[in-house]
Amino acid sequence: MSEERPHDMGGMSGFGPVIAEANEPVFHDRWEQRVFAMVLAMAAWRKWTLDASRFNRESLPADMYKALSYYQIWLAALVTQMLDAKLINPQELETGQADGPPATPPLTADRVRGALSRGGPSSRDTGRKPAFAIGQKVCARRFGETLEMRLPEYARGRTGVIEQFHGNHVYPDTNAFDLGENPQPLYGVRFAATDLWWGKQADPRHSVRLDLWEDYLEPA
Amino acid sequence: MAHDDPEPDLTALHLGQRVDQLETLLVDKGLVDRAALDAIVDVYENEVGPRNGAKVVARAWTDPAYKQRLLADGPAAIAELGFAGRQSEHLVVVENGPKVHNLIVCTLCSCYPWALLGLPPVWYKSAPYRSRAVIDPRGVLADFGTVLDEDVEIRVWDSSAEIRYLVLPERPAETAGLSEDQLADLVSRDAMIGVAKASNP
Repeated sequence: MSEERPHDMGGMSGFGPVIAEANEPVFHDRWEQRVFAMVLAMAAWRKWTLDASRFNRESLPADMYKALSYYQIWLAALVTQMLDAKLINPQELETGQADGPPATPPLTADRVRGALSRGGPSSRDTGRKPAFAIGQKVCARRFGETLEMRLPEYARGRTGVIEQFHGNHVYPDTNAFDLGENPQPLYGVRFAATDLWWGKQADPRHSVRLDLWEDYLEPA
Repeated sequence: MAHDDPEPDLTALHLGQRVDQLETLLVDKGLVDRAALDAIVDVYENEVGPRNGAKVVARAWTDPAYKQRLLADGPAAIAELGFAGRQSEHLVVVENGPKVHNLIVCTLCSCYPWALLGLPPVWYKSAPYRSRAVIDPRGVLADFGTVLDEDVEIRVWDSSAEIRYLVLPERPAETAGLSEDQLADLVSRDAMIGVAKASNP
């Protein structure tokens, strides 16, 4: 696992079997419920984007990312984002005592269901035409000048085929850093297992699809 | 963690107390409405879950025209049944067949079609599943006791952007007389992720 990208684990070995819990509850503890709900409710302030939240969770130190549970990671990123956005200050976090007059929460109980059922689409009708055609061979970029934050390591430098054009979507590599949405073409790209893996995993009966932005791709 | 690290020690035993303190702080500061937090939890504990997806699958099994609409435009088709929203805004439904099996994963995080399946189970978010689904899908299916014929093609969908996927499982044999509700009972969350098949009646 890359120390810089501990979350980027597709194709890694050594984690053991998948173990499903029978009759698993939606949340395992009350604090998980509260963290989940706080993350969604605080997003209503629109001080950060979903891409920024993912980036914050995924840029925790690798040893921390591996040691923490899922909702602990959400909590750590939420605290960092609230501090960075100056919605809370370190002293308040330490003492639990609010410093200053109260604000008005943007998300009230009566608006929760409407907000959740509306969601937040990431497509943008910009009219930009896709540079790649359905059926065209493309190569996913190797580590380059930018992060390509949603391009898994296992696909980098690999050749695939454009299978779908999803329209123009918000570009996470700028949207995560307050550099704008910069929507661009998003494609469904099929990679044959024989082009991704070696040995018995290079199974001709198996393929992987990824959704990749135009800047993640080059003509093959 | 370094002693001078300003971040709270999240691995501490008193996580529950720490989270309560944070919630109280956010409520006192007027940053969140406590009733809104309760409502969010209620939605995902009691209203939005795999039963939604199962209803969509059962409708697709019984109404060929609906199935065509579902495969062509997922968000519009689920909206017909009153399902829509967060983490399913860009839904693509992929259909299993005798020679094709689909499997959904998010190797980078935990992307999942919330509006149809609710929140993902722990195993879906875990390193074993995220690491292996793309390289050894047959091995992962075996962990769930699911065995495919040798000649079945597996398509793994790694949800790397905001497109969310749902597997339309094959309708089990000998279900001709069942109602939509009875059919929905055969459709598990795991079948709609692709780690299982729909159950036999």
